[in-house]
Amino acid sequence: MAEVPVNTARRRFLTGSAVAVGAVGAGFATVPFLSSFEPSARAEAAGAPVDVAVGKLAAGQMVTVAWRGQPIYVVHRTPKMIETLPSLDAQLADPNSQVASQQPKFAKNFYRSRKQEYLVLIGVCTHLGCAPTYRPEVAPKDLGPEWVGGFFCPCHGSKFDLAGRVYKGVPAPTNLYVPDYIFVSDDLIRIGVAEKQA
Amino acid sequence: MIQKLGKWVDDRLPVSHFWNAHLAKYYVPKNFNFWYYFGSILLAVFAIQIVTGIWLAMNYKPSAAEAFNSVEYIMRDVNWGWLIRYMHSTGASFFFIAIYLHMFRALMYGSYKKPRELIWIFGVLILVALMAEAFMGYLLPWGQMSFWGAQVIISLFGSIPFIGPDLALWIRGDYVVSDVTLNRFFALHVIALPLVLLFLIGGHIMALHEVGSNNPDGVEIKTNKDEHGKPRDGIPFHPYYTVKDLFGLGVFLFLFAAVIFYWPDGGGKFLEAPNFIPADPLKTPEHIAPVWYFAPHYAILRAIPDKFLGVLAMGSAIMILFFLPWIDRSPTKSIRYRSLAFKIILFSFVIAFIGLGYLGTQPVNYWTTLFSQIFAFVYFGFFVALFLVSRFEHAKPVPERLT
Repeated sequence: MAEVPVNTARRRFLTGSAVAVGAVGAGFATVPFLSSFEPSARAEAAGAPVDVAVGKLAAGQMVTVAWRGQPIYVVHRTPKMIETLPSLDAQLADPNSQVASQQPKFAKNFYRSRKQEYLVLIGVCTHLGCAPTYRPEVAPKDLGPEWVGGFFCPCHGSKFDLAGRVYKGVPAPTNLYVPDYIFVSDDLIRIGVAEKQA
Repeated sequence: MIQKLGKWVDDRLPVSHFWNAHLAKYYVPKNFNFWYYFGSILLAVFAIQIVTGIWLAMNYKPSAAEAFNSVEYIMRDVNWGWLIRYMHSTGASFFFIAIYLHMFRALMYGSYKKPRELIWIFGVLILVALMAEAFMGYLLPWGQMSFWGAQVIISLFGSIPFIGPDLALWIRGDYVVSDVTLNRFFALHVIALPLVLLFLIGGHIMALHEVGSNNPDGVEIKTNKDEHGKPRDGIPFHPYYTVKDLFGLGVFLFLFAAVIFYWPDGGGKFLEAPNFIPADPLKTPEHIAPVWYFAPHYAILRAIPDKFLGVLAMGSAIMILFFLPWIDRSPTKSIRYRSLAFKIILFSFVIAFIGLGYLGTQPVNYWTTLFSQIFAFVYFGFFVALFLVSRFEHAKPVPERLT
């Protein structure tokens, strides 16, 4: 073999470009693995609407149903409970539901629902996802004399009023989420539907 | 015959080289005390977890519909299933007891300092991987605490600005913690993370055997060697420390067995009462608390009344450990020769850590929040104080040889 001087610059370029192309290929190869962590088609499809009959729900009571695997709270508020709502504004972080992501447009009012007496919420604390407990009683021992009823999260102590509005100075940053729902009739609520089908 | 076979293998695989390099001719300081048991104990616990884990996986069903019942099946119907399961669940807690004591040893004797920074970094990585491993394992019995603990911890990721909600969705693979989440956590718990742990432990020990062990005096034995190149204050790991460590392991296993047989739920600390109720996605238990080994970090999270800042503080409480070798600027390693100021801040740090651990398991009220805030301040204050104290510290003179 003839003595050919080694062109090291060319070698380095070829090695470097081979590594670069290989790295891009390896990068693309990770996509299926990372993407398979995303919700599957079946998980995405499991969000069918749920009906709740509220005719027999006594005033002051709450019923919990599952929708998309999450707890949905439906509360039949008494007139007295509704009266407490406007008086709390100064203690709340977002009394007028300014954070648009937390409710559909129809619930952007002080009672955060379609009808004043029925409150529908996703029972998932906006802090870290526990299910807040429904505490309608006034001034219980553990929550103090100022408590006028609402939701209390046992995990980290976040407090919400009877419209799911968050108090100031608690870990939860926003009001409880109001899902889309409609009244199919006066005492039947369909959760997970935004508009009545024509 | 045996000798010939041995030589045949040795010519093809560096068995005797490995034996000598890491055991028979691996020189270790002669003054190891009680605190040096935990490294080998951790290895033993890791082995116990692997073996019991394999056996549990033979009867466990990783699905939301069957998981809880399959664990009860293991407990009631599988021959010795209760023992294997309690070994595994107790092993998880003892893993953390040993790793926290092992880390405290490093703090006392400055084992994270030059040239052992990488050993320390590997160690913190092991802690992080172990936390992930324990967290995912805790979901598998699919009890109430499994479910709601996972719900809370995954939601932590959701609080990261911009990417958070998508990241939480990506981790869960569903809109809520579900069968999908359980199944993937099982895969990660039994395959991915044990492999990661194995590699990290390998790196930890390789780095350790490259630079050699520190010791309670913080004196480098390699700076004083005899005419054969052996450290004057060193003794071979085998047989001296293999025997010592076996003794330590015996005592450890004695305690381990006592818990398994007489106190397997650790008074509700190792296995929490709500976890004997099947997961109910609609109802959070009245009082949810993490398992004890996550409680200090959880207390820091709760101490801060802001979602993202709380998560950030909790994450920082672990991340800051990576920087410890550079935060501590004193060249003196061992607590024996360090200033009173160092002893005071280290003592405060330990108190704060234990205090946070207690508070993290208690319900939220005014006092637990206040004390969590004080202890969280002390926890982070330790690193700030260490940075300053170590700069101006008047350490006692360190001896040339081991004492």
